[in-house]
Amino acid sequence: MAGAKLRVVGKAHRKLDATAKVTGVTKFADDLFLPRMLYSKLLRSPHAHARIVSVDTTKALALGGVKAVLTGKDLPIPFGILPVSQDEHALAHDKVRFVGDPVAAVAAVSEEIATEALDLIAVTYEPLKAISSAEEAVAHPEPRIHDYGDYGNLHKLIDLEFGDVEEGFAEADLVREDLFFFEGSTHLPMEQHAALADWAPPPDGKVTLWSATQTPHYVHRALAKVLELPPAKIRVIATPNGGGFGGKSDPFSHEIVVAKLAILTGRPVKITLTREEVFYCHRGRHPTLMWVKTGVKRNGAITGMHFKSLLDGGGYGSYGVASTYYTGALQTVTYPVPRYKFQGARAFTNKPPCGPKRGHGTPQPRYALEVHLDKIAEQLSIDPAELRLQHLVPPNSLTANYLRIGSMGLGACIRKVVEGSGWKQKFRKLPLGQGVGLACSSYISGAGLPIYWNNMPHSGVQLKCDRGGGVTVFCGSTEIGQGSDSILAYIVAEVLGIDPFDIAVVTADTDLTPVDLGSYSSRVTLMSGNAALQAAERAREILASHAARKLEIPVERVVFADRRVFDAEDPERGLAFAAAVQLAEAAQGTVGTVGSYTPPQSAGRYRGAGVGPSPAYSYTAAVAEVDVDQETGIVIVPRIWIAHDVGRSINAAAVMGQVEGSVYMGLGEALMEEMAYRGNRNTVHKFPSLLEYKSPTTLEMCDVVTYLIEDPDPSGPFGAKEVGQGPLLPVMPAVANAVYDAVGVRVDEIPVTPEKVLKALKRKAKGEEPRFGPSTFPDIPWPEPTRVPPPWEGGDGKAIGQKATVATGERRH
Amino acid sequence: MTDPKVTIAFELNGELTEVAFAPHKTLLEVLREDCGLTGTKHGCELGECGTCAVLLDDQPVLSCLALGLACSGRRVKTVEGMAAGGRLHPLQEAFAELGAAQCGYCTPAFLLTAEALLAGNRTPTRDEIKQALAGNLCRCTGYIKIYEAVELAAARMRGEAAAPADESVYGRR
Ligand code: FES
Ligand code: FES
Repeated sequence: MAGAKLRVVGKAHRKLDATAKVTGVTKFADDLFLPRMLYSKLLRSPHAHARIVSVDTTKALALGGVKAVLTGKDLPIPFGILPVSQDEHALAHDKVRFVGDPVAAVAAVSEEIATEALDLIAVTYEPLKAISSAEEAVAHPEPRIHDYGDYGNLHKLIDLEFGDVEEGFAEADLVREDLFFFEGSTHLPMEQHAALADWAPPPDGKVTLWSATQTPHYVHRALAKVLELPPAKIRVIATPNGGGFGGKSDPFSHEIVVAKLAILTGRPVKITLTREEVFYCHRGRHPTLMWVKTGVKRNGAITGMHFKSLLDGGGYGSYGVASTYYTGALQTVTYPVPRYKFQGARAFTNKPPCGPKRGHGTPQPRYALEVHLDKIAEQLSIDPAELRLQHLVPPNSLTANYLRIGSMGLGACIRKVVEGSGWKQKFRKLPLGQGVGLACSSYISGAGLPIYWNNMPHSGVQLKCDRGGGVTVFCGSTEIGQGSDSILAYIVAEVLGIDPFDIAVVTADTDLTPVDLGSYSSRVTLMSGNAALQAAERAREILASHAARKLEIPVERVVFADRRVFDAEDPERGLAFAAAVQLAEAAQGTVGTVGSYTPPQSAGRYRGAGVGPSPAYSYTAAVAEVDVDQETGIVIVPRIWIAHDVGRSINAAAVMGQVEGSVYMGLGEALMEEMAYRGNRNTVHKFPSLLEYKSPTTLEMCDVVTYLIEDPDPSGPFGAKEVGQGPLLPVMPAVANAVYDAVGVRVDEIPVTPEKVLKALKRKAKGEEPRFGPSTFPDIPWPEPTRVPPPWEGGDGKAIGQKATVATGERRH
Repeated sequence: MTDPKVTIAFELNGELTEVAFAPHKTLLEVLREDCGLTGTKHGCELGECGTCAVLLDDQPVLSCLALGLACSGRRVKTVEGMAAGGRLHPLQEAFAELGAAQCGYCTPAFLLTAEALLAGNRTPTRDEIKQALAGNLCRCTGYIKIYEAVELAAARMRGEAAAPADESVYGRR
């Protein structure tokens, strides 16, 4: 296809499901009703940390209309998204670990009765000391929240060294240290999590689960494990997600519970979480304390960087081990870092579990790094845009931590936003109270390794050509609003020369569709897109060979376009696409193909090298403009200019939507969103409601000027890279840098709330350091570092002293 | 559950409708559970997100805060009632065209709230659109495509041959 004129790819398209969505026809999980359906409710822990002494369900079971009650004893097998953190029970087994941890479940003929029954369940708890913050977890190894982990209440400890950073600092003209804190925030999808299960009794003995999940394949695996059923006896269908953002990527208690209740009662069972419960499911941004020390030459070239992060993980593992690695993985992919040391720790605390939220573990360090660089640029008297432009990671290169960079459009991104925003006329030149700030970022287009170690493809597609000219594409990928269903159609339409709306897509159904690992880590366009591309090219090959014979031309001359198959040299000579299918079907039977995609092997071979590699990295640059009220500390962001290197847009309109949506979510994190806790030693969620958890409305949302940079990457379908997460990353540091430009104070803590701005302004007025932010990083019992010589020091991707390749148990997302 | 059902008659999407339900039910529950119209969504059921908005006598109301009983004899319009004669409403058309519905969960409420705005103001400014939609949360779009879709639909409803701006679907060049 290379060099061919693109007819579909790159244009602005309507999405395949657009009509269903604007007419209210799309069925979300809670829109499903089955005859004789029961309703389930979960009883959740009122304690942050407690031993369960007893659970008495007698009275609840006796209530009219109650059909079943479950407790931890009924679901004793643990599960969790990562093989190394199988630390959750569908219902708490011996202990509860956060306020909101599910303890018991009821199925009843109505939601009201189920709710009433919850009050009749008597649970006796023996409260334990609760751990409320990562610092507290470091200071108190006892009582342990889990009986596993690297040290006391520290779940995971990482120490990676790529070259000698001390040598780098010695070579530097300037060495700077900074501390930052990034508060936790949550996904807040508008759709509350919901799931419906049905059971076909033996001999079928099969469970069907419809759920608002981003990862039906992983839910399938978790159900098989916990319910002890063969996977073939479980069907998971992901309903279109009413927003996900990472919050629906774990297998959840409520999914397992309704499946179990359906089996027990022989009736369909539905659960819809309340908004309050969605806050307890969480899996959002890890609150992260960070320390960074960087050495630079006078011209801004980095000579060495040492980065430390401490993550507050909440009560369970979730994706946390991967999140922790991610806080140290992508520092090297924007500006060359010749020597790099990363130390990361994740603590267990008695709060709702943290996990992957849009940007997964990378927005926190990106914020820290980009503000840190802004300070360095100022000290060196270099314009921060220039500093970055002068030191860009070259395309087609390998970083110190063995990440393989392909296409790299960051320079073009920076130039666009600098020019568009009038940066040169504004930076350090606007009146007091107004400012501009710049920041850059990069994100993965899918993870190089699967979550559980296996050597099978990450995405699969089956394609069927109908003799009527329609095509059906089957893929396990999950539509969460990002448009992944439509991506399949555009790509197949491009290859087969038909209209995207001639294509039916069947997705996210473990009975019907080949495995795709799920809608996370910005992997879907690249991976399912490549699988679809392969399947479509194989179909094209079949159809072309029969058409060529019929037209009596060499197969290379066959063109597919406008629903026709014709001779490139004589376009009038050809046949309808449907006729081409009929020809092939008559000659060789049903026309169907498959395609699949496996990412390239990553270059790093050390323990921990599994997090960070990606087939392609997207790049983004942003300039934020702010107005800061010095009386109130209120920060208003009128406009953000953002340029994103997407490789190639498949559907330009959808790319624009992803950029704008990312800017929106980043703005919320920059200014207001926070998971705050109070009472009971700061373990009770302060405001589990949409009113009190502040998120931007139309009145706070800024104007966005978007530039799409297309620097096609050979790894992506038609050169496409990710766009769903990357554009969120530069927003927080751009806003923080702009606040400094406006009023001369550094808020080294996200969100940048009026209170923090005011405190920093007060310090400034008193002649103290004009800053609000953390002042210490605790001592952590770091393990012996894994030393990996960087490529330019003769390294081969392995750690010093490393024997064989990586142990399989350590390969992870 | 023990409450005996009540029956009301009201105009639902242009049709006289009778429906029986437990008297404590909200309009949201009556629409979704008793009328089978699941196009109306919910994000909180506490009046905080705007996701459940429907038109009651042409005015946007939060159906999670309105009692079903209070709708007796009144006119209710849900997203299912927007398309007419097998054609999308101009707002639906513009939302689909611009990608103003990403996950689509907030969309029905935005569409109806926008319809009420345009019924009273054929040429709303960007600020008027923002004000009118300030009670509806959307987590996906950043609202921008929604504003653009409302403006596009408004222009078309005024009879103008409007098309999406190049910059809004391809970015600034
Ligand atoms: S459901 Fe949120 S306002 Fe009604
Ligand atoms: S489109 Fe998803 S919440 Fe608005």
